[in-house]
Amino acid sequence: MKIGFYPGCSLTGSSREYNESVVAVAKALDIELIEINDWNCCGATAAHAMNEELSLSLPARIMAMAEKQGLTEVVVPCAACYNRLKVTQHELEDDTKRSRVIDILKMPYQGSSRIINVLQLLEMYGAENIKAKITRPFAHKVACYYGCLLVRPHSILKFDRVEDPQSMDTMIKMVGGTTLDWAFKTECCGAGFSVSRTDLVAKLSGNILKDAADRGAEALIVACPMCQSNLDMRRGAINKTLETPSDIPVIYITQAIGLALGLSAQELGLKRHFVTVEL
Amino acid sequence: MGHTNKVSDLQSHTGVEVMRCYQCGKCTAGCVLASEMNYPPSYLMRLLQTGTKPNLDKVLSSNSIWLCLNCENCLGRCPMEIDIPKMMDYLRTQAIKENKLHPDSKPIIAFHKSFLDSIKNTGRLYEMGLVLSYKFRTFNFLQDLSIAPSMYLKGKLHLLPEKIKDRRSMKRIFGQTIENAKTDNK
Repeated sequence: MKIGFYPGCSLTGSSREYNESVVAVAKALDIELIEINDWNCCGATAAHAMNEELSLSLPARIMAMAEKQGLTEVVVPCAACYNRLKVTQHELEDDTKRSRVIDILKMPYQGSSRIINVLQLLEMYGAENIKAKITRPFAHKVACYYGCLLVRPHSILKFDRVEDPQSMDTMIKMVGGTTLDWAFKTECCGAGFSVSRTDLVAKLSGNILKDAADRGAEALIVACPMCQSNLDMRRGAINKTLETPSDIPVIYITQAIGLALGLSAQELGLKRHFVTVEL
Repeated sequence: MGHTNKVSDLQSHTGVEVMRCYQCGKCTAGCVLASEMNYPPSYLMRLLQTGTKPNLDKVLSSNSIWLCLNCENCLGRCPMEIDIPKMMDYLRTQAIKENKLHPDSKPIIAFHKSFLDSIKNTGRLYEMGLVLSYKFRTFNFLQDLSIAPSMYLKGKLHLLPEKIKDRRSMKRIFGQTIENAKTDNK
């Protein structure tokens, strides 16, 4: 099957391994990803913290480009981009806002493409195939960390449970893993403060890591590049806040599934992490 | 007089009715950065409810509105479903307009500006450019020198930006939104 694909900026740079693992797993599951032509950045936190119309126009252009290409469904692996696209689609149901944005873009925009995250892609189009193709069960005890943007705001995203989401846990169990009940599934890692307030990111991500470590997690599983880079690249700063430094790796759900499907560490970008992955 | 107008502006722009808050405090209990804030979210709601000019100024010049990560935990747990994150976006814009900026906002705004410059110029985020531009804005040249080389070696840093073809569309979008808003204020 074919599906539209919006990688977003992180996946071309600091989170390349997420892109590599999404592409490798999709290929293994016979899903053809069609990248949106000439896509732009979604604007992320910076746009909506600074200007509302900008924060709606940037994602709207992406979706207008997808519509132009006839992509009725688009997978957005980055949780932050996914959130911005979904929220924009919701906001632009308002006629005044939609006309204003169409006027800025000078492009038709219907808001008709269905935007899905990577967990939905795997659930809807991959589950049967994954079960059939497991060659090396992912027999590890892990903590699934959803973060904020994948599940909130629930009224717009309508994806999974807002306090104790289960979709990633179900996926990990399906490929042979065990998942922990833990307290920080949807607590914020510090997100976009990685550069501007690294101290706060270290503290918040430290709390998350400590709880997972205390409960005996072998790895944290994520579906957001910001969560991953804060917990992985910022490990040096995080460990300074912890009594017991932690070397638990933080991997993407697509990397865990890829391992179960027998894909190599190289194909899944597992060598690109700061904290060594030995799973 | 101005104060009631400002609270009703907030409502007309965001749909948030501050009077619906009954001070249960769940937002503050769930806010990961409440302890760092001048006023935690529920206190901020109360200040807005009073509607007085001094209290509104306290809100706009507090670090709370800048430290809010928009993680949306408050909204997820609010029994009245008050959209505090959306309100925070609005308050930040107002604080910039009225030039009532808490010192804690400086690195955060510098980061946002560097981020948006990158998108305006190339259509996509150029991470290396973002960090360099941020360093120039904040004069914090030593920051992150330890992780940059590893990022490069792991293939995570592009030396050159990726550019979209239709960069004129970015100029137009920025020109008609954030840059337009700036000239309005002057």
